[in-house]
Amino acid sequence: MAKRDFDGLTTPHLRALYRKLVLLRRFEDRVYQLFLQGELAGTLHQYQGQEAVAVGVCDCLNSDDWITSTHRPHGHALAKGVSSRAAMAELYGKETGCCRGKGGSMHFGDPEVGMLPAIAIVGGGNTVVTGLGLAFKLRKTQQVAVCFFGDGATNEGAFHEGLNFAAVQQLPIVFVCENNLYGASTPYHQVSPVKDVAERAAAYRVPAQIVDGMDVLAVRRATAKAVEAARQGKGPTLLEFKTYRFTGHSRSDARGYRTKAEEAAWLSRDPIPGLGQALVKAGRLKEKDLAALEEEVNTELEDAVEFSRQSPDPTPAQAYEDVLI
Amino acid sequence: MSKKKQETAGERRLTIAEALREAIAEEMRRDESVFLIGEDIGVEGGFGGAFGVYLGLPEAFGHGRIIDTPISEKVIAGAATGAALMGMRPIADMQYSDFLFECMDELVNQAAKMRYMSGGKLSVPMVMRAPVGTTNRGAQHGQCPESYFVHVPGLKVVCVSDAYHAKGLLKSAVRDPNPVLIFEHKLLYGSKGRAMAGGIELTCHVPEEEYLFPIGKAVVKRPGEQVTVVATHISLYRCLAAAELLAGEGISCEVIDPLTLNPLDTETLWASVRKTGRLVIVHEDTLTGGWGAEVAARAADECLFSLEAPIKRVATADVPLPFAPIMEQEVVPTTEKIAAVIRGLFR
Repeated sequence: MAKRDFDGLTTPHLRALYRKLVLLRRFEDRVYQLFLQGELAGTLHQYQGQEAVAVGVCDCLNSDDWITSTHRPHGHALAKGVSSRAAMAELYGKETGCCRGKGGSMHFGDPEVGMLPAIAIVGGGNTVVTGLGLAFKLRKTQQVAVCFFGDGATNEGAFHEGLNFAAVQQLPIVFVCENNLYGASTPYHQVSPVKDVAERAAAYRVPAQIVDGMDVLAVRRATAKAVEAARQGKGPTLLEFKTYRFTGHSRSDARGYRTKAEEAAWLSRDPIPGLGQALVKAGRLKEKDLAALEEEVNTELEDAVEFSRQSPDPTPAQAYEDVLI
Repeated sequence: MSKKKQETAGERRLTIAEALREAIAEEMRRDESVFLIGEDIGVEGGFGGAFGVYLGLPEAFGHGRIIDTPISEKVIAGAATGAALMGMRPIADMQYSDFLFECMDELVNQAAKMRYMSGGKLSVPMVMRAPVGTTNRGAQHGQCPESYFVHVPGLKVVCVSDAYHAKGLLKSAVRDPNPVLIFEHKLLYGSKGRAMAGGIELTCHVPEEEYLFPIGKAVVKRPGEQVTVVATHISLYRCLAAAELLAGEGISCEVIDPLTLNPLDTETLWASVRKTGRLVIVHEDTLTGGWGAEVAARAADECLFSLEAPIKRVATADVPLPFAPIMEQEVVPTTEKIAAVIRGLFR
């Protein structure tokens, strides 16, 4: 875990980070339950295990900084500031959802918190994000764009086109690769001759760093540096966070391609108890504080579920709105 | 005063390339958020875009707002989409419309759907210009792919065929809050007086005063009584030539340039079809699933009882474009083919 002083972060800040990690985890757990109960339609790509990445990255961003996300966007959305009510209601397909029921699980987003509707085409965000960066550069704002993508996206042409253009134009972008070792069921090492995604950045002279994606403070440290460079006009950075999804790729995945031993090894590095225990050990928080935060999150999520259940459905006719202005 | 006089005399004639350049310059002056992005558009000593549309613009506006990209079509479309989402007004350039297939994801999955997926909270005010047209360049530099995009909800599709409408429509497209694709025919830019264009007069009157031409509005290019002929781009001129030919045979054609393929100006089209009772649709895009099929299907729905003859389509044959001029001529709609099909309706 982190350095002894937790990077100089205040206890309230650390508590907020811990709470967010718990929120992302419990949100997904609750959603999974609701899905099995038949309350939610569609499919789910869940984020359990990767929470430290979304929470650590988004902790370094302002509300007017923007993120692009992927088919696995629940964690990114909650971390960037989409409320659990708006997120949950979107899964229920309700009018009160963050996309008013038009996006669903794979397109979570909200311009008000600086998040595009998540792009569920692998690598899709890697070119679109350059436009965000270009807009900030042309307008000379201090905004930064963050592109979340998985290891799978790095074998898409879009990854290379986006990274190259961002480098040539020195755009204020942080490319955040969540390397969870598998593109759906395919191991990364089987489809890439390069062991680390970060190595690919060298081809575009983009500074890159490999970071422990199970350690929220390590994520935060690396991101803060990359965001600062982007704000100062020093161009893009690629961060590769080594992480692991504790669930299958999607709802129907039985994970036969992973070993129990591998899963156990990563589970033992769960980012949530990792931070919680370190905070207790350092005397920053007590066990009962952690329990209270858990309780607080559970209450928030039950409220979100109740809110969603009681929210109005969109009218069928709303399907025809918002195609064009 | 003298300027006015000149205009009424119709003396200020521009090519499509000049009209587009003027539209771009005016919009860039009017709105700081308008910028250009594409391949080979602003390079010093370069050619101002593949068809010279951007010549002189870097000198006037600098390179900050004229962004030369790598040969990365996905980035061109993706960056335009992203910048538009942030409230910029990009005019993106696709060197040949055949290259649009490189960025189908950005156009079809991102630009067209971002507004919808956001529940109406976002908009994508971008323009993508792309040259089409068969010009002895073989299978990958001469396609007319506009129909692919007509199929996509969330995109507007415009086809320009003369300088006046090119300018007015491009300016409207820049101001439109939606993604607009503008297809221009390579042989109609007029910058090199190509003989291949078949001696078409490539300039037309363009007023000096600012004007817009609305997206979604068709124009009747030649009024007539007995058959409605709908065509875009170079096919339009071939239809006009066919109409002239047929007039001598006693057949009166009403030739319409739809200008916008999505949303289609069905009001103008159906009014004509109900008057003439016959409909022929002509495009250089291939036949099967081409936009002509959509017009035909809708006309059958809306105007069936006004029709006195089957709806006909004249389109490029369903083959990849061959290089050899003799084969190319075989597969594209020519004046003779168009005239023959129209004549057939009156036998």
